[in-house]
Amino acid sequence: MSDNLIEQLAAPRPADAGAVAGAVAALRERLAGAASAQGLVDVAFRTVETPVGALLLAATEAGVVRVAYPAEGHEAVLESLSVAIGSRVLRDTRRFDDLCHQLDGYFAGQRRHFEVALDLRLAHGFRLEVLEHLRTIAYGATETYAAAAAASGRPKAVRAVGTACATNPLPLLVPCHRVVRSDGTMGGYLGGLPAKQLLLDLEAAA
Amino acid sequence: MKHPFDQAVAEHSAVVLRVCRAVLGPVEADDAWSETFLSALRAWPDLPDDANVRAWLVTVAHRKAIDVRRAQARGAVPVESLPDRPSWGDEQPGAALPDTELWAALAALPSKQRQCVAYHHVAGLPHAEVAAIVGGTAAASRRSAADGIATLRRTYLTKEVSTHV
Repeated sequence: MSDNLIEQLAAPRPADAGAVAGAVAALRERLAGAASAQGLVDVAFRTVETPVGALLLAATEAGVVRVAYPAEGHEAVLESLSVAIGSRVLRDTRRFDDLCHQLDGYFAGQRRHFEVALDLRLAHGFRLEVLEHLRTIAYGATETYAAAAAASGRPKAVRAVGTACATNPLPLLVPCHRVVRSDGTMGGYLGGLPAKQLLLDLEAAA
Repeated sequence: MKHPFDQAVAEHSAVVLRVCRAVLGPVEADDAWSETFLSALRAWPDLPDDANVRAWLVTVAHRKAIDVRRAQARGAVPVESLPDRPSWGDEQPGAALPDTELWAALAALPSKQRQCVAYHHVAGLPHAEVAAIVGGTAAASRRSAADGIATLRRTYLTKEVSTHV
């Protein structure tokens, strides 16, 4: 015979599980607000559904530090941010209200650039220089890997530009999708080629 | 701890809330939960990687529950925290707060028994870890939990049976 008292202490009744989950969700939101007000958060994050899949958005106090496609594995990305930046990693949906609104506008073809502070601390050296250059490629325009290499000051470093794009910590916001091959084909994309195609088509149509 | 703090929140927040409710009752539980996770977030980077996170969180919650009780006893509950406290009736319109009667029965227990029942049966910690939190020996914690359960069987379960059968 089962022991109702012990079972009920150990876990809510199935009918009550939803109420407990709702209370916890409200408390977690309150925690995120209090923690960020007290400067206790190394990395705030949330996920957001977009036409190119669920994106992980992560930010430090300085700005957005990471955007990750599902293919990168959101859990793995959070683990690496925890090691690289700090383990006070906390979900905070409100932190990204404005960015999510801007993403909605972008995917609706109504927004051509993002007005958001970026934290580029995850990129170094030449890769950082490449990313700084990519930020200047206009909406709807594309550039070849060779041209991006030349513009970044190292015309022979075409492969290094490819690597900088492949390891871009801030895809979409730093538009590495606008870099394509000299033969007119797309080249690679860390979010997958269908995502790159969708972004290029979106920007060409708008 | 090198892992993201959010993992600990995702994994343990519900059980810590139920522990706070068991020890303090549903109303004060929210503030104790918030204080527990804020304090845990502060200390997280210094926690050893092999620490038992649930036991550690329950230990923090235990201290915060004591703080909440002391503040109550002094009548010194900070005013600014009051408006944030959700009213259960508003949050769950038409629905009774889960386990209200169970937490009420727990509230009638002596505090040591209530803590030992909460940390062993609600949080699932072994008696030795419960003893490390509340003080005394594992045997004493086991006895307190057993005494508490015996009382609950008289005060709560008989009521439960009479209302449900």
